[in-house]
Amino acid sequence: MKLSFLKPNKEKINNFLISGSFLIVLSLADVIINNIFDINLTAFLPEKLSYFAPILLGTIGLYLIRIEFSGNKLLDKINTNFNSNNFNAILTLLILFALIKFIPPLLNWFFFDANFLGDTKEDCSGSGACWVFIKVWLGRFVYGMYPDSEQWRINIAFIMLFLLVGASFFVPAKVKKYFILFLLFIYPIIGLKLISGGDFGLKYIETGAWGGLSLTFIVSAFALILCFPIGMFLALGRRSDLPAIRYSSIGFIELWRGVPLITVLFMSAVMFPMFLPDGTYVDKLIRVLIAITLFEAAYMAEVIRGGLQALPKGQYEAAKSLGMGYWKMHFLIILPQALKLVIPGIANTFLALVKDTPLIFVVGLLELAGMVNLAKTNPKWLGMAMEGYVFAGLVFWIICYVMSRYSQNLEKKLSTER
Amino acid sequence: MSKIIELKNVNKWFDKFQALKDVSLEVNQQEKIVICGPSGSGKSTLIRCINRLEEHQDGKIIVDGNEISENTKDIEKIRAEVGMVFQQFNLFPHLSILDNCTLAPIWVKKMPKKQAEEIAMKNLERVQIADQAKKFPGQLSGGQQQRSALARALCMEPKIMLFDEPTSALDPEMIKEVLDAMVDLAKAGMTMIVVTHEMGFAKEVADNMIFMDEGKIVEKAKTKDFFDNPKSERTKLFLSQIL
Repeated sequence: MKLSFLKPNKEKINNFLISGSFLIVLSLADVIINNIFDINLTAFLPEKLSYFAPILLGTIGLYLIRIEFSGNKLLDKINTNFNSNNFNAILTLLILFALIKFIPPLLNWFFFDANFLGDTKEDCSGSGACWVFIKVWLGRFVYGMYPDSEQWRINIAFIMLFLLVGASFFVPAKVKKYFILFLLFIYPIIGLKLISGGDFGLKYIETGAWGGLSLTFIVSAFALILCFPIGMFLALGRRSDLPAIRYSSIGFIELWRGVPLITVLFMSAVMFPMFLPDGTYVDKLIRVLIAITLFEAAYMAEVIRGGLQALPKGQYEAAKSLGMGYWKMHFLIILPQALKLVIPGIANTFLALVKDTPLIFVVGLLELAGMVNLAKTNPKWLGMAMEGYVFAGLVFWIICYVMSRYSQNLEKKLSTER
Repeated sequence: MSKIIELKNVNKWFDKFQALKDVSLEVNQQEKIVICGPSGSGKSTLIRCINRLEEHQDGKIIVDGNEISENTKDIEKIRAEVGMVFQQFNLFPHLSILDNCTLAPIWVKKMPKKQAEEIAMKNLERVQIADQAKKFPGQLSGGQQQRSALARALCMEPKIMLFDEPTSALDPEMIKEVLDAMVDLAKAGMTMIVVTHEMGFAKEVADNMIFMDEGKIVEKAKTKDFFDNPKSERTKLFLSQIL
């Protein structure tokens, strides 16, 4: 009780704030100076004490400024969120120290010591990242081995896609239906024809030359569009009253779910042609697309089935009592609600699908990550693995983040709870 | 008046448990029947067999001249003529009240959208919630939801209405608004089979009362006789407990 004057209180708020802040600044300064200039301010202390000095000083400082209901909004906010007790104060300090330790080197590698100018590996003289590598290879990362002179075809196909998708958000509701049908059924044919060529005076480009980010998009988009309806019918099939349909759905789902994707891709490349009559040839990109689609459809089926099971029985009964048959009941009443319920699960499956696309390297198709892999083994560009993978990772992250945000918006938009 | 529903010696089992035992019943056009009885007595099962939400294993059910069995091809057609109101409303939460009402007429009866909406608004006015037509079920009170569900069933212009404890899930102050709508419907001449514990409603509306216990129809009588002069001891006991 004698030391009660040391307990932070509102009366002497200024004294406590000044002494507390001083200690905190001291502890942070110690860490910063130690990290950047390699000078140990507390070297005069015994070794162990010196090592723990910042955390001790910081903890005491945070203790001193922990004044409840001080009336100062900022101080209250800091205290409730970062400094509610001694344990949290120490955690806050440790996180700050970690940020101080790791952020500057990262920034240095990414920006300050990085090289942006030049055309060869020799231009990268700094100790940071060599972004020249990405710059030089960007065309390959986006278009794969697609001939330079024909790349405008990919550009046009994707610009068309983005324009159509963008426009579909703005067209009036009446036209929207046809717009989406066009996007789903007609556009893919036009887009594929444009990219593969062979007709209309366009040079035929075999799928082996396709690659890079554009191939990532093509594979993901086709698999996404196709696996969704297949998964939906599998989910319905698994709940069917007809044993033949039910057991074949269960069999299909469990078969594909039980096999690793990479195995499925190997099979599609190696074993599938053995079942075809001699002389028939199915393009390997198509085989891979079918394999990924069926694989993801099995997962999609289980996600959708979860939604179907979550709906109360009363919804089925109400639909039946109004005279709806099986298909009307499911497409008008059950699926709209079930799909809405499982949007997070569907988004999950879609994201997994996009991130599974690099596996198509096993059949010799190189999308973005595959191209990076190839580029880093180029004798002129050895040692660029880090830059390449960071770049590929960032691109994948952006794609996935956009999809994830879109699914969250969709969830909000479709909510009719209130 | 002509028979519209006929049940002959209907038996129904849930696995080993027999839910309906030899139930026979005839309902005439425009007749109002109220079914009461303790819980688990098979009241709900009985009316759910009439539109085949439950399947009976034995006996005959004939609705508007069509026998209902597993061989019935167009069970949807019969269901379209038999409206049902559920205890839990079972409105479609992803659709507005108006869309709830127009969905089945448009897709099942192939009615043009405009006509379906006119009928829907007419029925919503009838149950006095026309002003809520654009809202979603989740935004309405229980009483409003149940009246919407009644309007939804009426939009199919059914010949028969089944009510499965329509007020049991409602707060007391909302029961009256639903019962009022049902009384109006009865006065308009609808054939109704109502499972309910609202004896005031039964006295006002019902032509005949049915008391069920343990899957059997214990007593069927004119409403006045049923309340003034019940024959079976079991009925007397039940009435003394709920009146």
